[in-house]
Amino acid sequence: MQPTQTQGPDYFHKVVDCQWACPAHTPVPEYIRLIAAGRYTDAYMINWKSNVFPGILGRTCDRPCEPACRRGRVEDEPVAICRLKRVAADNKDDIASRLPSVPQIKNGKRVALVGAGPAALTVARDLAPLGYEITVFDAEAKSGGMIRSQIPRFRLPEEVIDEEVGYIASLGIDLRLGQRIDSLKDLMGQGYDAIFVGTGAPRGRDLDVPGRKEAAANIHIGIDWLSNVSFGHIDRIGARVIVLGGGNTAMDCCRTSRRLGGTDVKVVVRSGFAEMKASPWEKEDAMHEDIPIFDFLTPKAFTHEGGKLTGVVFEKVRAEYDAKGRRSLVPSGEPDQHFECDDVLVAVGQENAFPWIERDIGLEFDRWDMPVVDAVTFQSTHPGVFFGGDAAFGPKNIIWAVAQGHEAAISIDRFCQGEDVAQRPAPGVEMVSQKMGIHEWSYDNDISNDHRYRVPQLDKDASLKNVRLEVELGFDRELGFREAERCLNCDVQTVFAEPLCIECDACADICPTDCITFTANGDEDDLRSRLKAPSPNHEQALYVSSDLKTGRVLIKDEDVCLHCGLCAERCPTGAWDMQRFTLEMTHAGQSCRTR
Amino acid sequence: MTYIAKPRLHHPNLTPNALGFTRRDYEGAVSTLCAGCGHDSISAAVIQACFELDLAPHRIAKLSGIGCSSKTPDYFLGASHGFNSVHGRMPSVLTGANLANRDLLYLGVSGDGDSASIGFGQFAHSIRRGVNMTYIVENNGVYGLTKGQFSATSDRGSKSKKGVINHDTPIDLVSVALQLGATFVARSFSGDKAQLVPLVKAALRHRGAAFIDCLSPCIQFNNHAGSTKSFDYVREHNEAVNRLDVVTPRDPIHIDHEPGTTQVVTQHDGSVLALHKLGDHYDPSDRVGAMTYLAQKQALGEIVTGLLYVDPAAEDLHDALGTVDAPLNSLNTAELTPGAARLQALNASLR
Repeated sequence: MQPTQTQGPDYFHKVVDCQWACPAHTPVPEYIRLIAAGRYTDAYMINWKSNVFPGILGRTCDRPCEPACRRGRVEDEPVAICRLKRVAADNKDDIASRLPSVPQIKNGKRVALVGAGPAALTVARDLAPLGYEITVFDAEAKSGGMIRSQIPRFRLPEEVIDEEVGYIASLGIDLRLGQRIDSLKDLMGQGYDAIFVGTGAPRGRDLDVPGRKEAAANIHIGIDWLSNVSFGHIDRIGARVIVLGGGNTAMDCCRTSRRLGGTDVKVVVRSGFAEMKASPWEKEDAMHEDIPIFDFLTPKAFTHEGGKLTGVVFEKVRAEYDAKGRRSLVPSGEPDQHFECDDVLVAVGQENAFPWIERDIGLEFDRWDMPVVDAVTFQSTHPGVFFGGDAAFGPKNIIWAVAQGHEAAISIDRFCQGEDVAQRPAPGVEMVSQKMGIHEWSYDNDISNDHRYRVPQLDKDASLKNVRLEVELGFDRELGFREAERCLNCDVQTVFAEPLCIECDACADICPTDCITFTANGDEDDLRSRLKAPSPNHEQALYVSSDLKTGRVLIKDEDVCLHCGLCAERCPTGAWDMQRFTLEMTHAGQSCRTR
Repeated sequence: MTYIAKPRLHHPNLTPNALGFTRRDYEGAVSTLCAGCGHDSISAAVIQACFELDLAPHRIAKLSGIGCSSKTPDYFLGASHGFNSVHGRMPSVLTGANLANRDLLYLGVSGDGDSASIGFGQFAHSIRRGVNMTYIVENNGVYGLTKGQFSATSDRGSKSKKGVINHDTPIDLVSVALQLGATFVARSFSGDKAQLVPLVKAALRHRGAAFIDCLSPCIQFNNHAGSTKSFDYVREHNEAVNRLDVVTPRDPIHIDHEPGTTQVVTQHDGSVLALHKLGDHYDPSDRVGAMTYLAQKQALGEIVTGLLYVDPAAEDLHDALGTVDAPLNSLNTAELTPGAARLQALNASLR
């Protein structure tokens, strides 16, 4: 193998699995260290800059960082990154003084944002401090978009939304709530320099099976129903409820039902339990609230009597995979099953809907009737119109909407400054040695042996009585500290300097996870078969040195490195150093521009 | 040294040996030696060897004297018996322990000061008596604990870190061991575990006095230009005579046996040593030849490494003394006091 090129942002970024996996590339280990140090406000602000909604995401994020977490490969479970974010949010001081200042004199550019959800609010947050005049339109009376309408209050209290949406509203933006945009053409006629569409995926998919019309009074579309609960329009449901669907919306529907009078609530999914789209912890939470999940059942018909829903008939299916690994669900031949119920919630997916965008204004739609949007710039085929969040590429999670909002803001900034949108700014990267003395590092390298801590929850009986009572209590400071100590500090990188190495084997001998091997060079597969420990994870890089004095090379398998720094402590010549890698995404503003 | 303990977390795919232990289970406390010390590599080799041989840690006794090397038993086999004796007196304590309990596996760890200076006599007599043990000298040619004076194994003409030239004749422990009748003699280098680990395994499997002289550069005081025990010098002058594979009786014996190049030696316990020749027809069963060869190469400044001599049919001290087969602590009153009739018979036999 060729010696590893560690210059440029990517090699070491990829070692920080959590940051690499986060769509917004939040510097996770950095803020976890700050939490451990009790610097909650600093930890919060790092998050606020990257992902805009730390308090909200600390309760609701889909956490792509956690399955990526290196700790999960070394022991049973990853660091509870998401809930640590909440610790920062819960314990921070007043951050008003740390918010960006908004210039009195504007830069003369006006930007309209359609929708006040996470994507649009991110764009507003990035552009308002630069002097842009921002106008946000939303049909609802309150801002927040799906954060407010679809996520139940027992998972995300209203105050948290108000607070974090409020930080953005305080940046001098013109928030026009209750004002639905019915025509993009009209809006374009109002002289805005750029328009951002962040209207989400507001339409819940329906289920067209026999009985749907007849029993309509007791069949509800999941996201609409959740929204009605959120806004206080609905406060009851029947005792026996069936939720159709296996995503996170289905989990929110069933748990909400349990709080509104549902005593016998079931979730029924077409796929297998393991393939459900819902996050494992959301399934766990549902089952904890005595909600069984039935899988491999396809709804065939709604049964009804005298115009009233009586139940649902399901066909039992099984999964079959073709040569390409694609799954199809085929009838298993078992007799159909009838589940009785009073109400059904349909949570089988969401769709985008753009009835308000005219098709003759130079904005192309594809054959699925979705706007054609560039995956990097988020620009539509109409140069001044940008999309982001669920409106751009269909339903995803908040953190994706935020990441796309940042990118769209860069595009809008460059567009308004007359620069090429396709040219993207590089992230800011810095490497700083953590060595303070012979055995002293400016990070805590003593690896904690603790297992993942569970987040304390409210007593089940109490929590099922009130749909607005938050179930999770969050880590307190002590638990937060202990969980934070589980972080392996993967951003503190092992950096190797060939000319200093005397091949004494000290690093290879001390390494607790056998990451280091000195051996003759070869191709990657050959090398992986000859390392000190098995190296089956090809996703993780091998750090390969140039030739050493004996003609061998040093190979470090990044896969399960604990970043404990013992290689550097035992190195007599300082050939190993522990250096903190800081990667900061470039957001809209002077540093994203060419001129 | 480090301030933190080595993390307990280990590679998720570590394979256990026949006893269900992973290699990590054979470790000891974290080393307090200087960073990069050759001795730490030897500790790692001992750990690897014991793991690979499926040795039960509680059936091993590790003994040492005084010095950097003699500290190392603390850094491996944390679940074994240990005895850190007086300076240079490890061989006597080991001999006594061995006579009392012949069922344990004895590992003596010493250094060039401990064995070639203050304990030279002790070293010599334990070897010539054929005590059943593995005796490893971690040889760095310098008194590291007292800041870098020449030791008795420093080569004549080699230069100290301060620039002083050594004028004394060195003691070559390998040659001495051969002369005194050690039945397993090897030399190796801490920077070459591929060579060292099989040698430690073979020595642990040998019945009789097994001696390994392991060159182990002192990073702090003897790893400079002009030293003959530095990483660079040893690597440049290392002449390995053979490469060793150790096959334990339990493993299926499958050796690439190339006639003329591989020599197979079966030891007393059934373990098989497959010696792949690297040198010019070196014969490790020829003691006198080995001594001659070593002397010739030494004159040329070469360092001969590998398994230099082995006598697979060796007897040990217990055989010579005709001692009882069982460890002394397992003997009961009836066995220890056979009665007046046996005493009379014994007395009669001496009249």
